[in-house]
Amino acid sequence: MSALLKVQDLRVNYGKVEAIHNISLEVGAGQIVTVIGPNGAGKTTSLAAIMGLLPSSGHIDFDGHVQRAANVEKRVIQGLALVPEKRDLFGEMSVEDNLLLGAFQRFRKGHRDQAQTMEEVFALFPRLAERRSQAAATMSGGERQMLAIGRALMGKPKLLMLDEPSLGLAPLIVREIFRIISGLRDRGVSILLVEQNARAALQVADYAYVLEMGAVAMQGPARELADDPRVVEAYLGLGSKHQAMLST
Amino acid sequence: MKRIVQLFVLVLVLAAVPALLPPYYVTLLNYIGISALVAVGLVLLTGVGGLTSFGQAAFVGVGAYTTAVLTTSTSLPGWIAWAGASPWLALVAGLVITGLIALLLGSLTLKLSGHYLPLGTIAWGISLYFLFGTLDFLGAQSGISGLPPITIGSFSFDEGGEIYYLIWAFVLAAVVTTHNLLDSREGRAIRALKGGVVMAEAMGVDTSRSRIVIFVIAALHACAAGWLYAHMQRLVNPSPFGLHHGIEYLFMAVVGGAGYVWGAVIGAGLVTLLNQWLQDWLPRLFGHAGNFEIIVFGLLLLLILHRAREGMWPALLRLFRVKAEPKVVVEGAAALPRRTLPARGEVILEVKDVTRRFGGLVANKDMNFSMKAGEILALIGPNGAGKSTMFNQISGVDTPTSGEIVFAGQVVTGRDSREIARLGMSRSFQHVRLLPKMSVLENVAIGTHLRGSGGVFPSAWRMERPEEERLLAEAARQIRRVGLEAHMHDEAGSLALGQQRIIEIARALAADPSLLLLDEPAAGLRFKEKEALAELLKKLKAEGVAILLVEHDMDFVMGLVDRIVVMEFGQKIAEGLPEEIQQDERVLAAYLGGVE
Amino acid sequence: MILGQDGVSSGAIYALLALALVLIFSVTRVIFIPQGEFVAFGALTLAMLQAGKVPATVWLLVAMGAVVAVVDGLARLRDRDTEGLGSLLGWNLAYPLALAALLHAVESGGLPMALQILLTLAILVPLGPMIYRIAYQPIAETSVLVLLIASVAVHLILTGLGLVFFGAEGVRTAPFSEGSLTFGEVSINLQTLWVVGCSLAFIVGLAAFFTRSLYGKALRATSVNPSGAKLMGISPVVAGKLTFLLAALLGVFSGVLIGPITTIYYDTGFLIGLKGFVAAIIGGLASYPLAAAGAVLVGLLESFSSFWASAFKEVLVFTLIIPVLLWRSFNSHHVEDEE
Repeated sequence: MSALLKVQDLRVNYGKVEAIHNISLEVGAGQIVTVIGPNGAGKTTSLAAIMGLLPSSGHIDFDGHVQRAANVEKRVIQGLALVPEKRDLFGEMSVEDNLLLGAFQRFRKGHRDQAQTMEEVFALFPRLAERRSQAAATMSGGERQMLAIGRALMGKPKLLMLDEPSLGLAPLIVREIFRIISGLRDRGVSILLVEQNARAALQVADYAYVLEMGAVAMQGPARELADDPRVVEAYLGLGSKHQAMLST
Repeated sequence: MKRIVQLFVLVLVLAAVPALLPPYYVTLLNYIGISALVAVGLVLLTGVGGLTSFGQAAFVGVGAYTTAVLTTSTSLPGWIAWAGASPWLALVAGLVITGLIALLLGSLTLKLSGHYLPLGTIAWGISLYFLFGTLDFLGAQSGISGLPPITIGSFSFDEGGEIYYLIWAFVLAAVVTTHNLLDSREGRAIRALKGGVVMAEAMGVDTSRSRIVIFVIAALHACAAGWLYAHMQRLVNPSPFGLHHGIEYLFMAVVGGAGYVWGAVIGAGLVTLLNQWLQDWLPRLFGHAGNFEIIVFGLLLLLILHRAREGMWPALLRLFRVKAEPKVVVEGAAALPRRTLPARGEVILEVKDVTRRFGGLVANKDMNFSMKAGEILALIGPNGAGKSTMFNQISGVDTPTSGEIVFAGQVVTGRDSREIARLGMSRSFQHVRLLPKMSVLENVAIGTHLRGSGGVFPSAWRMERPEEERLLAEAARQIRRVGLEAHMHDEAGSLALGQQRIIEIARALAADPSLLLLDEPAAGLRFKEKEALAELLKKLKAEGVAILLVEHDMDFVMGLVDRIVVMEFGQKIAEGLPEEIQQDERVLAAYLGGVE
Repeated sequence: MILGQDGVSSGAIYALLALALVLIFSVTRVIFIPQGEFVAFGALTLAMLQAGKVPATVWLLVAMGAVVAVVDGLARLRDRDTEGLGSLLGWNLAYPLALAALLHAVESGGLPMALQILLTLAILVPLGPMIYRIAYQPIAETSVLVLLIASVAVHLILTGLGLVFFGAEGVRTAPFSEGSLTFGEVSINLQTLWVVGCSLAFIVGLAAFFTRSLYGKALRATSVNPSGAKLMGISPVVAGKLTFLLAALLGVFSGVLIGPITTIYYDTGFLIGLKGFVAAIIGGLASYPLAAAGAVLVGLLESFSSFWASAFKEVLVFTLIIPVLLWRSFNSHHVEDEE
């Protein structure tokens, strides 16, 4: 399978401190790839660098475009979308306006299919359709996450990057979000998923990377990693002596 | 020692100037000195404290007009007539008036978030300027003339070459006292303003007081400058106290390097000279008179903001490779008195039915737990479970929507984090809050704030040195204790993130706490460093300190703590000994999640 | 009654300025002190056109356009990104030069007033985005205070240039329509009607822009959540330029409106702009309706105080800010600095 996103030797510095060093990863077209690892391992920073939010060194290749300057606008046009950990919704604006703004770049480029795309999003998240004119800030955590994903989909991205979509959500909602994530892959959207909920992530993903201290510590097909005892240690930080208890 | 020699040489050079240079340059130096005095105040206010004022010229005006009215008027009302007897008494009156105005304006605007203050300064800068020009007893547009010269005994500072000495004596005094102030307990509190209110307050700094203090000090500097100006000119009128001059003073501080005391003097010199030169040349260039120099000033200011926001002074230091001398730690300094820790096993912290809502979001729901002195308790749970919210409520950064928190026998819900710190609670932060440009030693010394009492005035004149020695020795002791003595004099921002977390712990320890709150202390540490940290925490526990920590590294937690409280979705889902928690079905589910 | 009329018409102008200031602050965090300079430049440029002279401001447009073209052009070449180079050069080099040529070719004094106003807008409004590009974009990520000091710098430059371009003489432009309407006892100056009418039209237009068009929504989104907007590909640069374009339009048009009522000098803009500020602060630099109401209050206070205590007019208006700040400080909840 050809790689949609190819990242090589990615490095990011915050002032004098190197936040990530030498991360290489790939996402094939139509794949779900997950990145797991403990807090502070550099997962969010990697996504920000790939999205062009942070200057980085190394190579980022997306859909045949070599990325030079950090430029979010360009990468959105090329088909990258990021749903950040904080969701970053437009709180006082309505659900509909939030969604419309997701299509801002497509609108600028002359596409006028927003109404249709919005219906597709509503079909995916019927709850949002019920709340079209409600302000985003008044919605529950799960609805906000759905809106954030829906807003990203309005730009018809080729690669959707999700940062901790399950964060702070009740198990039932988490299940629904993950169901939708695998549904999106079936529609041809590739996904790069950063998750703390490693077991859920490894179940939906095709391939996985484990980050530690700003570098890739392990990688492999998700099913194989799910059975690897070291993975448990990496994402939970649980030492070997606790593994027996966790594998039960 | 070196510093005193340098200062002595400078004084000699300054003293020789009137004998060596023609009067034109002496006059120019007089103007530079007066501006420098205002700019030194701005360094403290803007450069160090981060509060911007465009209105300093108005305070200069208050100083000038006060002395002008008092020393020339023949019909002063009785209660103030004493101040007309001598310019020196008028200076005192001016300082009192300026101080009161600054207190009033400061208490009105300083509470507001950053940008209202500068806007307010613009407004009153204009207001006072128009007032000077309209009030009859201030002479309206034509001003007041015939001011007497300043005298000391029978010596009178008549000529430019004489008042020169007075002006530069004031400048040197201002520079030295400001230096001293910044290098003291109060100075660290002022510098901590830039590290964020939350951190400073958690260390016991009264940040609103610190802001007011520097605002008033800066205004008093301006007032003194106005007094000197009035008696140098022997007349006052409104024009030098307008907003544009206020902007110019700020410009001087920024050009010189807003964070550096000597930068103010350099900046005042450069801007005054440039001003003089441009006013000569530009009208010739454009063919008619006018204040064209503001175009050049504007462009220069933009250029400095874009290219060299630090200003000239640090660039000069770099050019001549001058490095700050490391602070001297007096090893023999007497140790600070310690807090009497509560008896081991005594309940020190109780969280009762605490609920915290943010709009529709419930971040904490019905949380209950308690801690005993000499106990280590871990608060664990997945990201977003509400642990940080709990931390913030305990330390007084945030207030519960309902419920109660009792610390050291007192209900602390709704109290300032400053007061809670005084009761013996100290903390570290999940996102490191250090002052990256300050040395590790000074950062840790901020933690000793509540254990000293040296105020502004004693600090400015170095009368609090014995106490300062003890505070620094205590900070050094804590740095050694956490094993960072090799980095004591390095800039805090140059250390690795894991080490910065350790500095935060040292800073918290410097406050001599009975309860220590640590937010993810082990994140980013290597294996050996984690082991050392665990040893340290065990030692503290043995001394009777209670430790509450939020941590994700289970290996670290399981081997260290006495008890664990597990949170999920803002609620406590389990509590018990580490072994019990490891077997708890709900805990495993919370951590591992699952989609089946 | 006359006083009330004066108050309302200057209030309407302050309202336009206050709206521009709130807009700029909420989108870019810039406290735009030089907003008043657009007012003065607007009136003075129109006056030059009416006098049949080529306004010197067009050379400022040419010069700033050239700077933007060089700076942005070099950046694009460095990134090997030639897309959009044409429109960059077109707007920043070709357009100003073409406009300058046009102004030399026509005898502007004889043109109908509507065309003169259009030319004034054509010269001055593009300066807005150019100022953003040159002065603010390189430091867009810094603190509000750094941006504020930059604003003061821009104010100094523009005021100085105003003196170079227009000299120290004040001018009044020709009114849109002469005379006044009389209703029984009350007579209303026609220019006052123009001022109030146009201001209202502008306010309604802006409201429609922000609630109906996607670009308007994009600007609102940027002010509500800048990082979210960035992720949607709403670049802060585009948002900043668009905001400055609107602000310049509001400022210049205010100048055109006020020109026939007040004598405008090269440095008049500053005080007018600051009064807009007092109004904007009444709205907490965030609320449009409160800012507009504040503007009318400032206008009325000013015209009544100029009657009762003319010497203290400015003192009173700027002292108003102190009770306002006091009121704000009692109403603002404990604001934390991070997270």
